[in-house]
Amino acid sequence: MNPRRIWIMFLARNKEFFRDRAAFGWNFAFPFLVIIGFGVIFSDQNTQKFTVGVFPETSVAVETATTTVSDAFLQTNAIKLVPIATRAEGLDKIRLHKIDLLIDSTADTPTYWLNSDSPNGAIVEQLYLASLRAKNAVPTNRHVIDGEQVRYVDWFFPGIMAMNMMFSALWGVGYIIVRYRKNGALKRLKATPLTAFEYLSSQLLSRIFLLMFTFGVVWFGCDLIFDFRMQGSLALFLFTFFLGGLSLCSIGLLLAARGTSEEFASGALNFISWPMMFLSEVWFSLEGAPQWVQQVSWLLPLTHLLKAARKVMNEGAGLVDIQLECGLMILTSVLFLTCAARLFSWNE
Amino acid sequence: MRPDPAARHVIYDFGSTMALLDVLNLQKRFRSTMAVQDVSFSVETGSCFGLLGPNGAGKTTTMEIIEQIIPPSGGTILYKGGQRDQLFREEIGIQFQHTSLLNFLSVRETLDCYRALYRTQADLAELIERCDLTPLLERRNNQLSGGQRQRLMLALSLLNRPQLVFLDEPSTGLDPQSRRHLWQIVQDIKAGGTTIMMTTHSMEEAQFLCDMIAIMDQGLIVAEGSPRRLITTYCKTNTITLSHASTAGCLETLSMPYSVDGGSVAIHTEDVDTTLKELLSCGVNLSEMAVHSANLEDVFLHLTGKKLRD
Repeated sequence: MNPRRIWIMFLARNKEFFRDRAAFGWNFAFPFLVIIGFGVIFSDQNTQKFTVGVFPETSVAVETATTTVSDAFLQTNAIKLVPIATRAEGLDKIRLHKIDLLIDSTADTPTYWLNSDSPNGAIVEQLYLASLRAKNAVPTNRHVIDGEQVRYVDWFFPGIMAMNMMFSALWGVGYIIVRYRKNGALKRLKATPLTAFEYLSSQLLSRIFLLMFTFGVVWFGCDLIFDFRMQGSLALFLFTFFLGGLSLCSIGLLLAARGTSEEFASGALNFISWPMMFLSEVWFSLEGAPQWVQQVSWLLPLTHLLKAARKVMNEGAGLVDIQLECGLMILTSVLFLTCAARLFSWNE
Repeated sequence: MRPDPAARHVIYDFGSTMALLDVLNLQKRFRSTMAVQDVSFSVETGSCFGLLGPNGAGKTTTMEIIEQIIPPSGGTILYKGGQRDQLFREEIGIQFQHTSLLNFLSVRETLDCYRALYRTQADLAELIERCDLTPLLERRNNQLSGGQRQRLMLALSLLNRPQLVFLDEPSTGLDPQSRRHLWQIVQDIKAGGTTIMMTTHSMEEAQFLCDMIAIMDQGLIVAEGSPRRLITTYCKTNTITLSHASTAGCLETLSMPYSVDGGSVAIHTEDVDTTLKELLSCGVNLSEMAVHSANLEDVFLHLTGKKLRD
C-alpha cells in the first residue's frame, strides 16, 4: 500500500466534487431545504394534529363566539378550526380527508359529520364528545413533564442529515464508481501502479471527508436558524455520523464492486436506500410497529446511526451509552469493505 | 473461412536480439467465442511491433491481456524473461483505444495526478512540449477535441518514462496533420530506446512505424515479419497501368499476364524493369503509365480477404 497514491486520488476526487457545481450545490441545498421546510411546517405554532371544519363561516378565522362548539374543545392545542362556507363544501372536504370533523355551528343540538374511514376523525370525535360532556366530568390529575422539551426539529434534524448522508454515500460512491467503470476511467487507472485497495481507500476517505464537510456546513447554517438543543457532546455527535458515513460508504463500495450498468446500479441503490429511509426512523418512530419490522430495521446501519445520534443530541448520551450502535457500525464497515475489496473489478 | 494456423509464416529481418516480451500460446475465450487462439510472438527490445487485423480479429484483446487489463484463458506472457509483477506496471505505458479521464480536472492536473502514481517520472515540461499540450494545460479534460485528447492520452502513457509502450489504434480519428505529429512522437520515443507495441488499422502507419508486424485474423496470427519481407513474400507482383489505346498490337506479344478493364490495361509483373523494356521495344507510349508497387495493404487484403467484417 502506498499512502501517497491514496492521497493523490483523494485530492483528485475532492476536486471533482467541488467543481461539479450542480452536484456540489445540491448536496448542500437538499438537506438545508428539507430541514427548513419541516422546521417551519412542524414549528411550535403549528402543532395542531386535527383539523375541524365549522360551517357556515365565511371569515378567515372561525368566530368562536358564534359557534355552539364548547370552549373546552376549542382550548385543546391539538385542534385547528377552519371556516367552511356551506355544508356541501364541508362534506366534500370530509370525504376527501381534508378535514377530520365537520361541525354545524348553527344547530341547537350539536351536529357533526365524520368520515368513518378516518382514524383521525374517530379520535377527534371522542374529543368533541368529551368536551360536550365536560359539565359532568370527573376530577382528574393532569401532569406535564418537567424540563426542556425535545422539539420536533431537534428530533428531526439527525434523521434528515443521516438520510442525506445515506444518499450521498451510496450514490456518491456506488454510482460514481460504476460510471467510471463504464466509461473506462477505472481501466485507465488500472494501467497505473495504483492498486484496488488504494483506489477504494481514496474514494472512501474522500467521500467521508465530503460528507463531514457538508454536514458541518449544514449544521452551522441550520443551527443559526433553529438554535438546536444539543444535550450531549457535539464531538460525539459528529463521531457517530463519521462512523455512520463509513458504514454507508462501505455499502456503496460493495454495491459498486462489479458491474458496468448504471441502470442496474441505480436500481440496486434504490433497493437499498428506500427501505433504509422508511425503516430507520428517519421520518417516524417504529415504536409499536410489528416485531418483524423492528427486526429488519435493526439490520440496517442507518438505524444504528440514527439511534446513536438521537441519543447524543436528544438524551445527552455518552460514548458508553452508544457503544453498541458504534460497534455495529464499525463491524458493518469492516465487513462490507472487506467484501468490496475482494469483489472489486476495474473493468467488468 | 477460418485461417489455417499451419499456414502462418514468420519472417525475421534482424538477428537475434533480446526479447523484452514473449507471448506463448496465448488464448482467450469469451463464453463460446475463442477470441484469441494460441497466439505466440516476441517483441524485441527497442523495436516497434505492430498488430494488424480486421475488426474483431483479437488485436485489442491480445494487447489487453499482455497489459494485465484482462486475464487470459491460457498461455504464458514473459516480460524480460520472467513473470509480470508489480514492477511491470511501473515500467509500461498504455494508450487505450477507448477510455475516459476525470472530467473536472484540467490537463495539467491530470498529468500531475497520473505522474504522481509512478516511482519513475518523466520530465513533465519536456513531455508537455513534445506532445504539444502547452496551450491546453488549463483546459478541462471534457473540453478537449479528439486530437487534443489523443495527445493527452499519449502523454499519459509516457509519464513514467516507460520501457514498453502499448498504443491501441493511436491515430484513429486524427486528421492528417495530427497523425503525422503522432508518428513523429512515436519515432522520437522509439529513438530514445523505448519498445513499442501497437495495433492499427492504418497500413500506412504500420509500414511507417513498425519494425515487425503480426497480422491477426479471427484470433490467429496468420503472418508475421517485417513490412518489407511481408510484402516481398505475399505480394511480389507490381501492377503497370496503361491506356488500352497506347498498347494497340502489343499486348499479345507480352510474356506477363495482363487484364483489360474498360479503357485501361493492367499488366502484372514481378520484374518492372524487364516489362518496361518489353513495352518500349513494342513502341508503347509510356507517358500515361502508372506503376503500383505492392504495399502492406495488398498483403493485408491478400491474407484476410476483402469480405466485410463486423
